[in-house]
Amino acid sequence: MRANPIRLILAALVALSLVAAACAEEESGAGPADCEAGQTDGDLNIYNWAEYIDPELVDAFAAQFGLEVTVDVYDSNEAMQPIISAGNSGYDLIVPSDYMVGILIEGEDIQELNKDAIPNLSNISPDFSDLVYDPAGDYSVPYQWGTTGIAVDTAVVGTDFPRSWSIIFDGAFADQFSGQISLLNDPRETLGAALKYLGYSLNTTDEGELEEAKNLVIEARGRVAAFDTDQSDELLTTGETVIAHGYSGDMFTQFLETEDPGRYFYFVPEEGGTRWIDNMAIPFDAPNPCSAHTFINWILEADNGAALSNWNYYSTPNQAALDGLDEDLLAFVNDPAVIPGGVGSLESIQDTGDFEINFTDAFIEAVG
Amino acid sequence: MMGGFARPGRISKWALSGTAWVVYAFFYAPILLLVIFSFSDDRNVGRWGGFTLFWYDEFIGHTQLQNSLWVSIRVALLSTVISVVLGTLAALALERFRFRGRRVFDALLYLPIIIPDVTMAVMMLLFFSEGIRIAGLLLGLDLAKGFTTITISHIAFNISFVSIVVRARLSGMNEQLEEASLDLYADRWRSFRYVTLPQIAPGIAGGALLALTLSLDDVVVTQFASGPGSTTLPVFVFGMIRRGVTPLINAVSVIMLSASIALVIMSLVVQRLRTGESTSRPTRRRFRSSVQV
Repeated sequence: MRANPIRLILAALVALSLVAAACAEEESGAGPADCEAGQTDGDLNIYNWAEYIDPELVDAFAAQFGLEVTVDVYDSNEAMQPIISAGNSGYDLIVPSDYMVGILIEGEDIQELNKDAIPNLSNISPDFSDLVYDPAGDYSVPYQWGTTGIAVDTAVVGTDFPRSWSIIFDGAFADQFSGQISLLNDPRETLGAALKYLGYSLNTTDEGELEEAKNLVIEARGRVAAFDTDQSDELLTTGETVIAHGYSGDMFTQFLETEDPGRYFYFVPEEGGTRWIDNMAIPFDAPNPCSAHTFINWILEADNGAALSNWNYYSTPNQAALDGLDEDLLAFVNDPAVIPGGVGSLESIQDTGDFEINFTDAFIEAVG
Repeated sequence: MMGGFARPGRISKWALSGTAWVVYAFFYAPILLLVIFSFSDDRNVGRWGGFTLFWYDEFIGHTQLQNSLWVSIRVALLSTVISVVLGTLAALALERFRFRGRRVFDALLYLPIIIPDVTMAVMMLLFFSEGIRIAGLLLGLDLAKGFTTITISHIAFNISFVSIVVRARLSGMNEQLEEASLDLYADRWRSFRYVTLPQIAPGIAGGALLALTLSLDDVVVTQFASGPGSTTLPVFVFGMIRRGVTPLINAVSVIMLSASIALVIMSLVVQRLRTGESTSRPTRRRFRSSVQV
């Protein structure tokens, strides 16, 4: 019988993939990269959210260490994860959000950090130790953070309002602003707010608690002008709403766009709210892990951390950088009225696995 | 059928032109708004804040945005040229020849059109990351994802679109013309070059424009096939939306819109110039010379 060329190629491919699979298995189980502080091992490729780092800051790092630095962008954690997980992405540094760090650790998609190569880790505020998704900080370093809370137009609402989720969920107060309230169009955030008001964890996996939260949102629905995420800040400053559920960074930058920023006030209710943290991490097969370690350490320097925040206007987890922040940003970060319940009242949204669908279903029902 | 269509009656004429206007308004009103608001002096897209060129200035100063636009244009041009050649060849093969596996090949060609973007994207992701690993293991090659892999993935889906458009044109073409040219001693190449090609040229041009547009538009497949330093414009713009939509995105869109309109006008002008001179004359002359040889 004549050898069929296609069969030969197929057989070769099967053999190849077996070899490849065998080799891949040997690779896993390696410890942290063997790097020293300040060491670089090649050009750095960063995979980050868009508009999250000043290009000039990147250039400054490149010039100081004599490297080429490339920044590419993604628009969601979910798009980034499979690209890193598949391997050979070519990236040395990624910036996943809190819950995604947990998923990446579980999938062995990011490598253990060599903390000796990042001496500036000591600049991180103690508020960011013992994080649920990476308790010992072995895999990730906080990059920027923010909260979800409520923004109020004090010109209409006044200053005498409850610093509580009751401002939205208690009809006794909220009914006077019926039709001028917006909630986020996000199952975890909005049901999370209701859960917090009820005194539960926003990561609950208890169906009864979720049911209560759902009913609370249904009850509030009559007062709500919009369930909107992308424009909640704009709706507030254009006067469509006077009480808006939203993200700290978005609200704060939006206030500064108006003629009278002092007219608006953002706070996290005393029952607590969501805290999100984006983190720096190194993919398992990063071509130049030492350059990545050096970059992480460099961003954690006081001046660079301040420059990072002054450009993207999110809060910094870097304690040493606070002194270098712009005046209005520092005032916002330091204002104790913003988080009256203290950092301890904040919770990160965690991946609840199979229970996630319950949140989605409950939210769809609640929004109606 | 003797020439011309029946003229519509007065009422149906009104109704028809009315519908046409509504359809045009539906198509172009959003574009008009997009253009207008690219000059708006307000961060919030959709709120007029007076005339400004600030967003265009912002674009000029935004190197990342410009780099990604440049990557997009290069990928689009290269993938269009290659997929037009391959797609046309595939169309010719399927339309003009009978061979074993033709029907299978025919069906397979439609696959990239039918399967969802995400599926195609994941396929490309696995193909490239595994391919790079195997190439590294066996051949010692140090490959990386980036410009080349994006271009390859765009070629992969564009071939199908090009070949479908070209085939539609080919099947409407009179095959006897080719036979006649062969009878007149033109070889296969010459009869393709001087008889077939001029006739399917509009199909090829249509396929090329389609490929160019699809390549410039694509986000999902591109994102999964890209590597360091190869963010395309749509991927970058999608990323920017997370920080809120500003008129900067309008300004970028207007620039791209102007570029594509310029492209279309250019191709129309070229077509005008072509039809101005008779195309049949030089063709006939070449044939004569080939016969003399």
